[in-house]
Amino acid sequence: MAEFLSLHDAVARYVQDGATVAMEGFTHLIPFAAGHEVVRQGRRDLTLIRMTPDLAYDQLIGAGCAKKVIFSWGGNPGVGSLHRLRDAVEKGWPHKVEILEHSHAAMACAFEAGAAGLPLAVLRGYVGSELPNVNDQIKFIDCPFTGERLAAVPSIRPDVSIVHAQKADRAGNVLVEGIVGVQKEAVLAAKKSIVTVEEIVDDLRSEADYHPNACIIPGWAISAIAVAEKGSLPSYAHGYYPRDNAFYKEWDAIARDRDTFTRWIEENVMTAGGNA
Amino acid sequence: MSLDYNSAEMMTVTAARALENGMTCFVGIGLPSEAANLARLTHAPDVVLIYESGTLQTKPDVLPLSIGDGELAETALTTVSVPEMFRYWLQGGKIDVGFLGTAQIDRYCNLNTTLIGDYREPKVRLPGGGGAPEIATNAGEVFITLKHSKRAFVDRVDFVTTLGFGRDGKGRDGVPNIGKGPTRVITDLCVMKPDPETKELVVVSLHPGVTRDDVIEATGWEIRFADQLEATPEPSAKELDVLRELKARTARAHAGA
Repeated sequence: MAEFLSLHDAVARYVQDGATVAMEGFTHLIPFAAGHEVVRQGRRDLTLIRMTPDLAYDQLIGAGCAKKVIFSWGGNPGVGSLHRLRDAVEKGWPHKVEILEHSHAAMACAFEAGAAGLPLAVLRGYVGSELPNVNDQIKFIDCPFTGERLAAVPSIRPDVSIVHAQKADRAGNVLVEGIVGVQKEAVLAAKKSIVTVEEIVDDLRSEADYHPNACIIPGWAISAIAVAEKGSLPSYAHGYYPRDNAFYKEWDAIARDRDTFTRWIEENVMTAGGNA
Repeated sequence: MSLDYNSAEMMTVTAARALENGMTCFVGIGLPSEAANLARLTHAPDVVLIYESGTLQTKPDVLPLSIGDGELAETALTTVSVPEMFRYWLQGGKIDVGFLGTAQIDRYCNLNTTLIGDYREPKVRLPGGGGAPEIATNAGEVFITLKHSKRAFVDRVDFVTTLGFGRDGKGRDGVPNIGKGPTRVITDLCVMKPDPETKELVVVSLHPGVTRDDVIEATGWEIRFADQLEATPEPSAKELDVLRELKARTARAHAGA
């Protein structure tokens, strides 16, 4: 049963040094507030999983939280590079970060397999790609029925997954809508999960816009819920606020320089309140 | 009467014309997205645009900055999860054409979006594969569009992120359940297609005002030209109007905080 905690307490309880953490949200509903809380609490040696690291992981990597990053597309969408990710990989600042890279299809399948309790995901993927040469977690198997050669990757089973969603009700049920990415899969694949939400409502089923096929994660499948208003800015929350595209462009200059980045983290994360 | 247009517009219009009405197209962000939406707003109103963020049959009014902009979900017929997108819709064989960009491409249409240099000691780290490795093999065919330069058109890609036809042109031979692969490459100078036998890229059409030497100068290998080299038709006034309005709307939308 989901427990309602402050963001501080949820992160303190479930995100330990050395943990494997997935923070998902495909461009939409990226859990920035939770990422900032992890930075504030100074977590170290995390294995960070995310299909698209985005600015959220650029910040965690630059702040020294990451030991390893597992991803499938590591850019600033529509803008360019993630400079903190690149600086860590190319120059080892603030320390060397190990990377393991996949394709989107493989990661999506691996989250799904994790949610399904399977040890591996099978897909018709990586044909002719050199990614299997540099990622020893990509293997090939023969279909026992047809003999077709298929790719196999281990399922993703994080210690903790963190996602952001529009709302939860008093029973801890969570509504996710719009681009739903791999949020549900990430929560169900993880040993523990934290869901940050824009707001708490009494009962999702009595909401005017409730729909029988709405993407609901039941409260009993979630470890902790924390309210984080505007918790996915500068990404967006469908129905609440748009993506701050201007900030995504500004981030390029902020993240390009180590000192500018460090100052930004100090001013906007470290000394900000619990909900930055 | 000749119209006033630049080479970037020529590229987008030519890329857009490659899409036929009614095709289902898995769209990459950037130039492919611009071309695919121009097609939808001109000659191909019923083209079905699908983005990897899960948005099916989307009709954005402005071009998305990211692959998952809210605009894509708001104007989509429906939005599905990312695993469903890749498993049912792409791998399940529902996509006619994948429309991709790239950082590097070689003579056999192999694409590199991973890095420049050596994998363990990269000179430049690029974003990585994203959806491309499986789009390129699971879609019926693949269109590629990018700006023509020696940096992009290289003799040997530093890394094969995404299969064209392999290092030797035979990468799809004998592979079951695989798409045709790249069928055309559209740049700001020309249109290229793979040779039906060897799969090596051949220039089939030069854009107005572009010479063979321009293409040779901008290509990192000894590029071949088709015997029947064609002239790419100029953009129409309507295409240019629609494209310019789309880009102006997009710029206004993304400038606002």
